[in-house]
Amino acid sequence: MATTDVGLHASAGRPAAVPIVNNMSIQVATVNGSGSQSSNTVLLKTIFQMGVPVSGKNLFPSNIAGLPTWYTIRANENGYVGRKKEIDFLVAMNPETARDDVMSLTPGAAVLYDQPLNLSSLRDDLIFYSVPFDKLVAPVCPEAKLRKLVKNMIYVGVVAKLLDLDMTEVDKALRKQFAKKVKAANLNLAAVQAGFDYATASLTKLDPFRIERMNKNHGKIIIDGNAASALGCVFAGCTVLSWYPITPSSSLAENMIEYLKRFRIGPDGKATFAVVQAEDELAAIGMVLGASWAGARAMTTTSGPGISLMAEFAGLAYYAEIPAVVWDIQRVGPSTGLPTRTSQADILSTALLSHGDTQHIMLFPASPHDCFDMAMEAFNLAEKFQTPVFVMSDLDLGMNNWMSDPFPYPEKPIERGKVLTKEDLDRLGGFSRYKDIEGDGIGYRTLPGTQHPAAAYFTRGSGHNAQGNYSERPEDYENNMARLRRKFENARSAVPAPIVEKMPNAEIGIIAFGSTHWALTESRDQLLDEHKLPTDYLRIRAFPFSHEIADFVESHKRVYVVEQNRDGQMFSLLRMNLDGELVPKLRSAARLDGLPLDARSVTADIAAMEEK
Amino acid sequence: MATTPAAPKTNRLGLSVIDYRGGKTTLCAGCGHNAISERIIDALYEMGVQPERVAKLSGIGCSSKSPAYFLSRAHSFNSVHGRMPSVATGAVLANRGLMALGVSGDGDTASIGVGQFVHLMRRNLPIIYIIEDNGVYGLTKGQFSATADLGSKLKTGVVNELPPIDTCELAISLGATFVGRSFSGDKRQLHTMLKAAIAHRGTVLLDVVSPCVTFNDHEGSTKSYKYMKDHEEPLQEIDFIPVFENISVEYDPGTTLEVAMHDGSRLRLRKLEEDYDPTNKVRAITRLNEAKEEGEILTGVLYVNTKAPTFLDMLNITDEPLATLPPSVVRPGREVLDQVMEELR
Repeated sequence: MATTDVGLHASAGRPAAVPIVNNMSIQVATVNGSGSQSSNTVLLKTIFQMGVPVSGKNLFPSNIAGLPTWYTIRANENGYVGRKKEIDFLVAMNPETARDDVMSLTPGAAVLYDQPLNLSSLRDDLIFYSVPFDKLVAPVCPEAKLRKLVKNMIYVGVVAKLLDLDMTEVDKALRKQFAKKVKAANLNLAAVQAGFDYATASLTKLDPFRIERMNKNHGKIIIDGNAASALGCVFAGCTVLSWYPITPSSSLAENMIEYLKRFRIGPDGKATFAVVQAEDELAAIGMVLGASWAGARAMTTTSGPGISLMAEFAGLAYYAEIPAVVWDIQRVGPSTGLPTRTSQADILSTALLSHGDTQHIMLFPASPHDCFDMAMEAFNLAEKFQTPVFVMSDLDLGMNNWMSDPFPYPEKPIERGKVLTKEDLDRLGGFSRYKDIEGDGIGYRTLPGTQHPAAAYFTRGSGHNAQGNYSERPEDYENNMARLRRKFENARSAVPAPIVEKMPNAEIGIIAFGSTHWALTESRDQLLDEHKLPTDYLRIRAFPFSHEIADFVESHKRVYVVEQNRDGQMFSLLRMNLDGELVPKLRSAARLDGLPLDARSVTADIAAMEEK
Repeated sequence: MATTPAAPKTNRLGLSVIDYRGGKTTLCAGCGHNAISERIIDALYEMGVQPERVAKLSGIGCSSKSPAYFLSRAHSFNSVHGRMPSVATGAVLANRGLMALGVSGDGDTASIGVGQFVHLMRRNLPIIYIIEDNGVYGLTKGQFSATADLGSKLKTGVVNELPPIDTCELAISLGATFVGRSFSGDKRQLHTMLKAAIAHRGTVLLDVVSPCVTFNDHEGSTKSYKYMKDHEEPLQEIDFIPVFENISVEYDPGTTLEVAMHDGSRLRLRKLEEDYDPTNKVRAITRLNEAKEEGEILTGVLYVNTKAPTFLDMLNITDEPLATLPPSVVRPGREVLDQVMEELR
């Protein structure tokens, strides 16, 4: 029996006869703190297990409980897992936002809602499914105080029925989700079943959206970028982590602590690592520098406000040449900005972080796989070049769920850079800390505690000569700074090279970096299909820029720099670093509203600029 | 003339005091900091500390320059203003075998650095933290710092109207386990306290009043040589018997408190104040405040606790320095990654 709503509006929807399979965006609107995360994860994992490419993005408020939150699951047979602008299937559980959520849908979308919200009268160009959640939850969950949480599991059952999800996969995903809590698993499974049964008995399928089993996810994993980064750091041999909690980077540290406790306790029961939750970001980076100076592989993780606080120490690390790995999980600034929204807006300030002439190595991961690999890369580069390395992740990459190929075991050795041991000193007799022996701008260092009378040197942020002695002599300052620039120049060929993807007959180039890669991949197909505009695409993976970037700009008529900030920060950094004659070819396609970048917006921006 | 020169005096490592010296000081003649450097050299020499085992750490200011003037054979890190504690913490975590010796000033500690200072004191990290305290900024030519006493007068006539931060009181209440105050002019007391500090396991905070001869040694200053000579109130006569000196001397438990240090050394405090017990935290803080009311500057061992766990104990760090653990220890095996991948499927 169909509900009254569905009966009334049956004619409004597209005929269910033309199914749209494995291509939809499902949005669940709830209140934060209501436990909907488990329900959403079960939905995501179910679709994943059915072999359909999928991603899950949490749009949440900077609040503990009671404010609106949205979770968007995108399933796409072509593997487009960036954010899709339009929502196809809305699960409206939040009275606060339900009206706006419904009004913002495009015609033909489906809405599954909590009956008392009475949404069906709002529009006649959508398909509505009404579900009496409170009525359904009572019999499956006798304990009244748990009902608020279990209620959310009911929509999983309804969605499963309406989208034709495989219930054995739902069962599997749910049992995994509640792996250690059998009682909770059973309770939640009953709720899923209640939703499924209700939908079977009382709802008539009128929307076209369906999930069909595919085989695109074989061997793949689902992970968020912060967990992948944490894992990478553990396998990179990080020994000291100091951090200060800040959204959206905290989960990197927390995941890492978990992994370290599991995998890095020695046979003697003692830790082969030290983790300190510092009093602030200044102390966090200070501890990293102290630890790196003394020879540990040390790192911190933070976001924009933390980066600002670390500026002075970043300059010290650059000038005194101390390795450091800093993860910046970018959020929206300036100031507190939007702490739970994503951006790529720390690029320029990080590249030049600190007063005086400084430049820093930056890496730009685009996927959890990159996060894992670049952790290793970051530590090796930091120790090789004796300088801080900033890994520029972001909230979308760090905190959202991504599919990934499994991470291969790191084959690269752990490279500790130019460190002289006691034996080296026995042979050499002595050394000069900042002397450029090999012409690569990198001096040799010794670690405190090296048992040799000539091992010690003085580390200082004040002016120094090749021996590390205090110096205010103009030529010492100039020589030192010239060597630091030489060292940075050498990093160009050592950092991860960009990745270029080509299309036949492309005259237009696109440059992007980081998590916007996924929107770019989809947008290029849209530009080709809808605007007959083939494009080549270069994904920057590191700063300083390697020569491939200049070559790419040179070989294209126009190059769009797509990024998530207002001012076109990467565009500016490219203009600062490329030869003058290449600069006029660059066009900035920067935008930032706090949401993960979507392909539709990129396509519209580039198409509009192409028409001019 | 065939005479053999007398062999230079050496310590238990066979090193002479020259092996503990540093570069030539660039501080003002008569600066209290230079006297402190001398005491550090003597204490390290007499205790037979391997110079290469020491990590010298400092922030910014006149005081923070002084690590250049002692122990050239040890690595040194002159970091940024007020942030030495974090750098020192990282260094000790990376290599627990290092003996961290932090030198800071009153501005570096109590003004710009008070945030890091208080958190360091909470952790009981093994470190000797010396404040060379003159109540004034020297390098910027004579402004008050946060340890300047109420009513203290600058050379320019400006009077300090804000209450001082008592770094020792803070350190005691927050968790430092060896807290003392001394005076750069009190050679014997400072020297003995430094030796005991070397034997201590945990955070040592020594606030050493160290007059600035250029900007804060005048009439009206409460951190001048004269003022200290007039107002210093030692709590004890301090003796220190290192573990390697197998001396047994009788003492009267009625008048002398013996503290057994972690390494087996003994600290003997002959009480000048009969009821002062430096193992009583509450009493120590109360007495500091009483002294403040009376315009006295208490010196000596204010508080000592040899039993508290250190930060390294709390973190359960392995015995080998983290800095030099081999890749086979710090990179888990293939099966671990395989297992994690399987869990994520």
